[in-house]
Amino acid sequence: MTSPLSVEDLTVAYHRKPVIWDVGFELPAGSLVGVVGPNGAGKSTLLKAVMDLVPRASGRIKIFGESYQNARHRVGYVPQRESVDWDFPVDALDVVTMGLYSKIGWCLPVRKRHREAGMEALRRVGIADLAHRQISQLSGGQQQRTFLARALVQDADLYLMDEPFAAVDASTEKAIVEILRELNTRQKTVLVIHHDLQTVPEYFDYVLLLNMRVVAHGPVSEVFTPENLQKTYGGRLTLLDEVTEAMRRRERVL
Amino acid sequence: MRGMVAAIDSIAARGAQWPDGHQLRSVLLLEDYNTRVVVLGVAMLGIASGLVGSFTLLRKRALMGDALAHASLPGITTAFMLATWLGYDGKSLPLLLIGAAVGGLVGVGLIVLLKSQTRLKQDTTLGIVLSVFFALGVAMLGVIQQMTSGSAAGLETFIYGKTASMTRFDGWLIAIASLIAIGGCVLAFKEFKLLCFDEDFAGSRGVPTRLLDMILMGLVVLITIVGLQAVGLILMVALLVIPAAAARFWTESMWRMAVISSLLGMIGGVLGAGVSALFPRLTSGAMIVLVCAGLFLLSMVFGRSRGVLVRLLRRRRLNRRVHRDHLLRGMFESGEAGIGDEEGSLRPWITMDELLRRRSWSRRELQKSIRQASDEGWLRRDNGCIGLTVAGYAEAARLTRQHRLWELFLIHHADVAPSRVDRDADMIEHVLEPELVEELERLLAQETIRITVPTSPH
Repeated sequence: MTSPLSVEDLTVAYHRKPVIWDVGFELPAGSLVGVVGPNGAGKSTLLKAVMDLVPRASGRIKIFGESYQNARHRVGYVPQRESVDWDFPVDALDVVTMGLYSKIGWCLPVRKRHREAGMEALRRVGIADLAHRQISQLSGGQQQRTFLARALVQDADLYLMDEPFAAVDASTEKAIVEILRELNTRQKTVLVIHHDLQTVPEYFDYVLLLNMRVVAHGPVSEVFTPENLQKTYGGRLTLLDEVTEAMRRRERVL
Repeated sequence: MRGMVAAIDSIAARGAQWPDGHQLRSVLLLEDYNTRVVVLGVAMLGIASGLVGSFTLLRKRALMGDALAHASLPGITTAFMLATWLGYDGKSLPLLLIGAAVGGLVGVGLIVLLKSQTRLKQDTTLGIVLSVFFALGVAMLGVIQQMTSGSAAGLETFIYGKTASMTRFDGWLIAIASLIAIGGCVLAFKEFKLLCFDEDFAGSRGVPTRLLDMILMGLVVLITIVGLQAVGLILMVALLVIPAAAARFWTESMWRMAVISSLLGMIGGVLGAGVSALFPRLTSGAMIVLVCAGLFLLSMVFGRSRGVLVRLLRRRRLNRRVHRDHLLRGMFESGEAGIGDEEGSLRPWITMDELLRRRSWSRRELQKSIRQASDEGWLRRDNGCIGLTVAGYAEAARLTRQHRLWELFLIHHADVAPSRVDRDADMIEHVLEPELVEELERLLAQETIRITVPTSPH
């Protein structure tokens, strides 16, 4: 069986400053993967690079053995909640049906069965009763659930989630975990950027420790060790960092 | 501002001219074919810019149109000079508009280039390019006026806009270009919506975001360029921004916002052009913008979903509810404390003074709340004393319970000093939703409220 996501030699740089450096890993199918690392470790960038949203300096990415362009319909994406303006004039159901736009096709309107699929996704995350509420009227947890529903409505095989647990209430956290479990039983692969180290062993069975490069990856029981965490979080300013920082400062002066 | 001195001078020189009956009739009834076409063109322009404007507003690119319009002036003058020099008619409209489009695009390109090559922010580069291009255009206009080979009279209409000088060809041109922009927006409505809301997600779904952005920019170019004659390049941005911003006050739905914005743009365009047709000294650009501004003001005050009045009302309603809740809880707690006339009664009669002592509220406030609560049937009044009705008692019990649940929650789960609890509880409890109360009950393992009902005698 081909891996849902394999990454080789991936390097991404913004303004000549490398954000992720020579990253490589291969995910086992049907696993719940936690991506853990300090701020600025390049976690979001990794997801964006996988989906061709940021230009990469080098590297090869295969999704189910294919390029992202060909496997796009099998990938569901949950961006960071703060990445959008929640004052936008749409309601929750509108946001969820956005997940179906590529299926609906260009120039065609959202039809009844798409709205029904959207409602079903909202039901799964437990906020079907808020379908017609303007999104700024939703609480943080409800907004996060809306984003999750938008990814679920596509019925993908690989899900990429950027901090779905950030600043949500306890019941939303529980609802999201339940959905992760349910996706897991259906043999879907889910990659989740996660901040709370304490819950990693409870939520995930596979972990990727990232700090610009991959510190370690593997089953939680083997890889999620104090030594590896020390390596990931300790000694933030590596030599590489210092050099690029110096380069950037000089560039600013020039 | 720039046009003010010139406008005042010309008013002083000529004196205001009032239209006679014949002119009024011909404008109002659209008797003249030329007028009809121009009005149609301006109406379509208003719709198109309202529609495109909603997207650029939500994409937070509202000022890009301004830079584009200003940067078109040197393009126009260059086209005029080139055409005259090559022996063509310098005032041929298609040539001038092509020049305008090229100028505008060069300006926008320069903004993007400056931003990517320097550390300047977008607003800075926008300000620089906008003013420099405009200055260049004004200087070139001066040069053209010195040239003997061609008369530049008429080129200024691009600056301030003048529907009166428009021919039916111009009208048709505006109408058709606007129709293209409207068609583009309607066809790619949901794609544009997704682009404006969540660019990354759009990209992840395979939507060509860069191409869509370019198409949107292209639509802005199209309507800005054809709108130059009617609205003028200084004020063109208003037609892109004001109707869309005004429409936002009325609705929380994207397509309704687009429709309202188009309508406002159309009304602004037609009324503004009409006024300008009646008073040829008033440039149509200024009139269109002023009408739009009036519509904006109306929307801002009376807008149904975000207008100032609606929000004021909502806040007042919440305040009133808060006061009423406090009053009912005060009554309930007085009953608990055994205050009142009858010993041990749960719904005692209480005097105003006793109530006043329970909280820091002014007598006037309290009286108002009492009047309101008794109108709603929660309270009964009897010569200076007040008491809860049966319904009022149930409501007061519910409110008190909710308040105490919240207090308990704050003490146990939110690490709040017990002395501060009452104030925090007060602030939040009035917005608690039923689901949240249920959640609190669960968290605090409280029994849900149960009202005993006697068994049916039948």
